[in-house]
Amino acid sequence: MLDHTAAQAFVTIKNAAKSYGTLEVLKNINLSVERGQIVAIIGPSGSGKSTLLRAINELDPLTSGEVWLEGVQINRKLPPRQYEAHVNQVRQDIGMVFQHFNLFPHLTVRGNITLAPRMLKGLSEAQANALAVEQLAKVGLSDKIDEYPSRLSGGQKQRVAIARALAMKPKVMLFDEATSALDPELVEEVNLVMKQLAEEHMTMIIVTHEMDFAASVCDRVLFMDQGVVVEEGPPSVMFQNPTQERTRNFLRKHLSR
Amino acid sequence: MGLDFSVVPGFFGSLLTGAGWTIAITVCAGILSFFGGIVFAVIALYGHWALRLPVRVFAFLFMGTPLLLQLFLIYFGLIQVGIDLPAFAAGVIGLGLHFAVYNSELIQASILAVDQGQYEGARTLGLSRGQTLRRIVIPQAVRAVIPPMGNNMIALLKDSALVSVIGVMELTLAAQQAISRTYRPFEFYLAAAFCYYIINLALEAVLRHLERRIAASR
Repeated sequence: MLDHTAAQAFVTIKNAAKSYGTLEVLKNINLSVERGQIVAIIGPSGSGKSTLLRAINELDPLTSGEVWLEGVQINRKLPPRQYEAHVNQVRQDIGMVFQHFNLFPHLTVRGNITLAPRMLKGLSEAQANALAVEQLAKVGLSDKIDEYPSRLSGGQKQRVAIARALAMKPKVMLFDEATSALDPELVEEVNLVMKQLAEEHMTMIIVTHEMDFAASVCDRVLFMDQGVVVEEGPPSVMFQNPTQERTRNFLRKHLSR
Repeated sequence: MGLDFSVVPGFFGSLLTGAGWTIAITVCAGILSFFGGIVFAVIALYGHWALRLPVRVFAFLFMGTPLLLQLFLIYFGLIQVGIDLPAFAAGVIGLGLHFAVYNSELIQASILAVDQGQYEGARTLGLSRGQTLRRIVIPQAVRAVIPPMGNNMIALLKDSALVSVIGVMELTLAAQQAISRTYRPFEFYLAAAFCYYIINLALEAVLRHLERRIAASR
């Protein structure tokens, strides 16, 4: 399971490719993310950025290539039963936040946060509760612990979703357009939580349409188009002085400045 | 011969006992049809074919034949193969399985209607398929299905009158016995109808209460 030659970085994606029939959505992508790094993936819709993110936790398995997290290959080829067990295990280390929150509507905020730690990590009710209180305080929603998701605003739902993911103490957090479904005035409260995570050196891979946020928070920015990484670099270079024509075209349309 | 309702109070006790048995059989068969419906739905959607096939045949038979015949088969027919069920148990099993098949159809549709994001949300946390189904999908599917399933429960209450033919002393049979003693069918059938109506109102109140309680958690 441990392969030190393949696992120099914290998160490593090697020669990732994915196709649906003849449609290639990811073409030979390589990406290394160090522990504590924050990487933004930007690009037009259909560029494959969400697919790449979803390949990291096997939601959308790659056709070929490898995904590694801290020396463990996520997408190991295993017989079905073992694969299931393996994937369920590694997913506990990978938090994911979705565009549409995907909170469980039949559970309270407390239930949403404590479910997985109790079921999968064997926490007692009291331990899980303490965890929920702690994580909710972090996202500023302590007073909502007994509400159902239907009573929350979009921004609050997304903050609960982040708290739910954090309660599993993940090694890396994936954000798939976490603010795209929010009303503009609710975006900031979610961004603030993400910035706070950045300050705590959480390793994060963020698919986003918000260039300002990517510029202010991320260590590195990847620009993807048509299934390939066109260009990558620190935000200062990527946003001020990109080398590729495609990147410049994209940013011209998306940068407010 | 005019109507004379003054004969009814004399049989108040036996009608009330009959109503009690009607409620008992409805509640027992209702519970069986609820959990049976979930089990059938899960087997129909996710079961191994060796389970799925008999369940499908079973569902086809229960939907395609009269409930009355099913009750006869369970109560009288099973004796021949050595299964001698008390009338109450036979009634509960017959009614329960019959409505479980209908509930299963509702629950299947409702399971399939659960948003894909719910599976993704659960699976990314590390829940297995089975855990996701048990803790996330089925509870939501059941909540969504409570209003239409309530209609099945009301139908079940009314169809519980059929178990009178296998000798369960429920409301309809209690009325019939009162009639055989007094020759007053109109009065006693009307009295029984009134009792069904009252029980129905209570059942509807319970269902409304349930719907209100789950409203926030959907």
